[in-house]
Amino acid sequence: MADARMSFPTSEEAIRELRAGDSVTVDGHIIGIRDRTQIRIFDQGVPPPMDLAGALLLHTAPNVRKVGPGRYEKLCIGTTTSARMVRFTEPLGRDYGVRAICGKGGLPDEAIEPMRRLGMVYFAIVGGAAALETTQIEEIEEVGWEELMPECLWKFRVKDFGPLTVAIDSHGNSLYHEVQAEAQKRLEKLFARI
Amino acid sequence: MAVATDIQKVLEDAAAELYVWALKDIPQDLRDALVSARGRETSVPGLRVLDTIIRNVQVAEEERNLVCQDTGIPVYYCRVGEGFPLHPARIAEALRDGTERATIEHPLRSNTVHTLTRENTGQNVGHRVPILHWEFVPDWDGLDVKCVPKGSGSENMSFLKMCTPAEGVGGIKRFVLESIVGSGGKPCPPGIIGVGIGGSADYAMHLAKEAIARPVGTRNGDPLVAELEGELFDLINETGIGPMGLGGDVTALAVHVEHADTHMTLNPVAVNYQCWAARRATVHISADGVADFDREA
Ligand code: SF4
Repeated sequence: MADARMSFPTSEEAIRELRAGDSVTVDGHIIGIRDRTQIRIFDQGVPPPMDLAGALLLHTAPNVRKVGPGRYEKLCIGTTTSARMVRFTEPLGRDYGVRAICGKGGLPDEAIEPMRRLGMVYFAIVGGAAALETTQIEEIEEVGWEELMPECLWKFRVKDFGPLTVAIDSHGNSLYHEVQAEAQKRLEKLFARI
Repeated sequence: MAVATDIQKVLEDAAAELYVWALKDIPQDLRDALVSARGRETSVPGLRVLDTIIRNVQVAEEERNLVCQDTGIPVYYCRVGEGFPLHPARIAEALRDGTERATIEHPLRSNTVHTLTRENTGQNVGHRVPILHWEFVPDWDGLDVKCVPKGSGSENMSFLKMCTPAEGVGGIKRFVLESIVGSGGKPCPPGIIGVGIGGSADYAMHLAKEAIARPVGTRNGDPLVAELEGELFDLINETGIGPMGLGGDVTALAVHVEHADTHMTLNPVAVNYQCWAARRATVHISADGVADFDREA
């Protein structure tokens, strides 16, 4: 399990080097996104006002303060549960070239195949660790679709963002899948003991 | 009614402070539980998660920021002495006003929406929100209010099963284990697993929620129930779900069980998950209107 430092946006080659279990710390730019943002892109067919090629997307609805037209200051930025957004995994990679998705709680197994084929990864962040996460976001540089507040498209400049764990890699491995398979086996034994 | 009005104001101020305080500063018993969890963990991703959580609690304190971004749904547990000079109707009003003020003044993210329209209903208040629980205490003139802002990631992992009496205690244990494994990393483990047994369907869930509001390290007063707590704790941690569901030795920081007697043909079991950010804060108000904040209750 390696410790990597990466900058986003990134390339497919860099993503392919990551293996499930690796630790990654991120610099550069990441893009905040949530349910309504993706419903607009894919269900309503509206192209996003930001380039998502090579991007790392963060599942979030940040707490912010408005400081001017289109300008926001961070208050508390955390991460939301990813599972309910799994259906957007494939089109994000295929249509927009997204390389990484970061959230909490993981993505179900249906994300494994598209991530392998398209060269994408899922990063697990520590859910709830928002105080720390907020200090790692240097600035909110751009906000798209403000009318969806707080589920806009957020461009954050980050430094030392993480540590993130590669929980689904681009080679067909998922820690969530492994943990569940092992837990099911253990359950059998535990049930016998009850 | 001058006294009552003043005491209502004291309570409103205390409620406003309580909510923000609960969100920023988690109790010592929980901090200790996280450190001890770190000592027990051996998986690499699990250690990474626990180290980050412990660092996050520290950073929240230094930056005076919220421990977690989810300000939750506000839940209050009220213990009202029979001699307390403010009627519960006014206590409810003060708690609602305090919650609203805290949300506006801090400001805090407001989460409360109409269940059908999903439109925001205001500043973390709405129809029957905050959620209030009552206990009335004879021969006492004080008031205790415990604020538990409950996060949705863990609340979504709540489960109820009406086991049959024939399934017995084994059925209870089985259901709790299945619930925890099925939840995986979604409720931000490791947390406090609240289990309510007995009563009726609704009451079992009420008990499970009451269980998560207990300080870590407390045991149920009934030795049989306390034994069940210990047993479930070991079983849950053997599932290997681990911190944030990434695999590891620590899935639960604690298991708390609350029970009620039940009907001879009922065997309800409810699970209410509380994430590692198990926020709670208490204030005691005396009959003469002095507020005494209590970090550890
Ligand atoms: S489940 Fe708890 S720790 Fe996780 S994001 Fe929600 S409130 Fe925060």
